[in-house]
Amino acid sequence: MTLAPPTERAERAGPTPGRSRRRPDHGAWFLVLPALIPILVLSVGPLLYGIALAFTDAQSGRTRSTQWIGTLNFRDLLQDTLFWESFRIGLVWAVGVTIPQFVLALGLALLLNERLRLRWLARALAIIPWAMPEVVVGIIWRLVYHPDAGVLNETLRDLGLGDGRDWLTGLATALPAVIVVGIWAGMPQTTVVLLAGLQNTPRELHEAAAMDGAGAWRRFRTVTWPALRPIALAVSALNLIWNFNAFALVYVLTAGGPGGRTRLPMLFAYEEAFRYGQFGYAAAMGCVMVALVAVLLALYLVGRLREGGDR
Amino acid sequence: MTRDPVTHAVGEGPVTGGRGRPGKRRPVRRRGGARLRRAGQYAALLAYLVFLAFPFVWLISTAFKPPRELGGLHPGWLPDDPTLANFRQAFDEQPLLRAGLNSFVAAFCAALVAVVLATPMAYVMARRRTVLARAATGWVVVSQAFPFVLVIIPLFLVLRELRLVNSVPGLILVYVVWALPFALWMLVGYVRAVPPELEEAAAVDGAGRARTLVSVVAPLLAPGIVATGLFAFISAWNEFFFALVLLKTPERQTLPVVLTHFIGAEGAADLGPLAAAAFLATLPSLVIFALIQKRITGGMMAGAVKS
Repeated sequence: MTLAPPTERAERAGPTPGRSRRRPDHGAWFLVLPALIPILVLSVGPLLYGIALAFTDAQSGRTRSTQWIGTLNFRDLLQDTLFWESFRIGLVWAVGVTIPQFVLALGLALLLNERLRLRWLARALAIIPWAMPEVVVGIIWRLVYHPDAGVLNETLRDLGLGDGRDWLTGLATALPAVIVVGIWAGMPQTTVVLLAGLQNTPRELHEAAAMDGAGAWRRFRTVTWPALRPIALAVSALNLIWNFNAFALVYVLTAGGPGGRTRLPMLFAYEEAFRYGQFGYAAAMGCVMVALVAVLLALYLVGRLREGGDR
Repeated sequence: MTRDPVTHAVGEGPVTGGRGRPGKRRPVRRRGGARLRRAGQYAALLAYLVFLAFPFVWLISTAFKPPRELGGLHPGWLPDDPTLANFRQAFDEQPLLRAGLNSFVAAFCAALVAVVLATPMAYVMARRRTVLARAATGWVVVSQAFPFVLVIIPLFLVLRELRLVNSVPGLILVYVVWALPFALWMLVGYVRAVPPELEEAAAVDGAGRARTLVSVVAPLLAPGIVATGLFAFISAWNEFFFALVLLKTPERQTLPVVLTHFIGAEGAADLGPLAAAAFLATLPSLVIFALIQKRITGGMMAGAVKS
C-alpha cells in the first residue's frame, strides 16, 4: 500500500465551482448506510446479544422467563470435561489439517508456477473442491471410505493389504480420516493464495540468483521463501481459525462420532443449542471459542507488526 | 521459472546486484540434472492430480453404477453397466426439485441484495481511508474468523420473534449479512482498479457526483459486480450450517440439508441415489465457478497481497 491517505478534502479538490469546502461529506454516508445498517443490525447486534446470552439461563421451549445467572455458565464450562475434550479435538484437527495442507499446497503452488504441460488440468482440478458444497465433499469421502463399496478398501484389497476397515467409525481411525478430508477440501484456497504470492515475486530476483549459480533449494530459501513469508503466515493463521470453527464437513462425515472422537467444538455447541435447547450454555461456549480465536489473531498481528520493521 | 536454461548466457546478461560473490559465477548449462528434475516435477504433478481427482471420479462413477455393482465387494473404478436409475430413485426418495428451487431462490436473492448493498460501501472504502473504511475492513477480516454459533443463537431467537424461522426469507436475511464481508472485500479490489483520474476528468467536464458514479464508474465496475454476485450465489447455494439450523420442514429446506437426509441413521446410506443427488447439487456451483474462477483468484490475489 503505497497510497498516501488522501484527506477528505483532497478527494474533492476537483475544480467544481459552487461546492462549499467546509461541508462534511454527506454523500459518503449516503453510500455507506445501505450496507452498514444490516451489518449493525444483523451482525454486530446479534454478536453483542449472543455475548449477553452467555450470562443467562436461556433455553428453548420453556415458559418461565430467562434469568441472569452471572458467570455460572462459564463456571460450569470449566468443569465440563466433554467440552474440553472437544476443544482438544478441535485443536488437533485445526493443526492437523492446517500444517500438512500448507506443505502440500506450497508444493502444488511451486509446481503450478513452473511451465509444465498439463498445468491447466492441475489448476482446474485443484480448484474443484473449492466450488463444491461442503456437504458434497463430505458425501464424496463417505463413498471413498465406505467399508464395502469404498475405493480405499478396494484398493487395499487389490494390493493384498488385508480387508481394510471401517475408517469413519473406528475409534482410532475416525479423526485421522476426517483430517485427511479437511486437508483435501481446503487445498484450493491455500494453493491459490500461495500461487498468487509466488507470482508476485519479481522474476529478476530468481534470474539473478540463477545467474549466481544458486541451486533450486538455495533459490527457494533465499528468494522465494522470504517473499512468500507474510502471505504464508496470514493464510496459515486464517486457516487455523477457520478449521477450528469447522462444522459441515465433519457433521456429514461422522456427526461427531464415534464416541465423540471427532466432535469439534462447533458440533458440540450446535448439539447443545439446537438439540438440547441450552442457548445460554452454548453461547458461553461460543464466547470461549471467540476468546481463543482472538488470542490467535492477536498473536498473528503481533507477529505481523514485528515483521513490519523490515517492510 | 527455469525455462530451458539458456546455454549461451555464459557470463553475459546484466550484471546483477552486488550480491554475487566475485569469481563464483558458474555458467548455467543444461545437464542431466535438469532433465531429472523435470521428470521429478511431472511425477509430483501426477501424484497431485490423482489425489485431487480420484474422489471426484469416484463420486461420478458411484452415481452411475447399478445397485448390484454397489452392493457387493469388489466395486470397479468405473461402472460396467452405467445407468440413470440412481437419479430417478434420488428424485423419488427426496423432494430434490423443491429443495433445488429453495436453494436457488435463497442464493439468488441473497446475492442480489448483498451486491446492491455492498457496491456503494465498497466504493467509499476503496476511495477513502476514513475511520469508517478502516473499521469496515477490520470487520471484514474478523467476521471471516467467527464461530457462527455465537451469532446464530441470537439470530435464531430474533428470527423466531419475527416468525421467520423455517422460512426462506429468514434464511435470505442471514445470507445477505453473511455474504457481505467477502463481497465488500472483492468489490474494493475492483473499485481500486478503476483509475480515479477518470472520475476527476468527468468532474472537470461538469458531471455531478451521482452522474460520475453512474456513467463512469458503474460501467467499469460491472464485470466485477457480476463476478462478486456470482460468487455470493455459489457461497449461499453451498451453505449448510445456517440452513440446517433455520429450516425445519423438508419442503422449506435447501439442497445441502436435503442431501444429508439420504444418509440415514447410523450412516447407513443408499449410496447410488446419494451420489447422484450430490453430483447434481454440485453442477451449478462448478459451472459458475468455472466462469468466474479467474476473477476470483485475481480478487483474492489483490486481497492477499495487499492485506
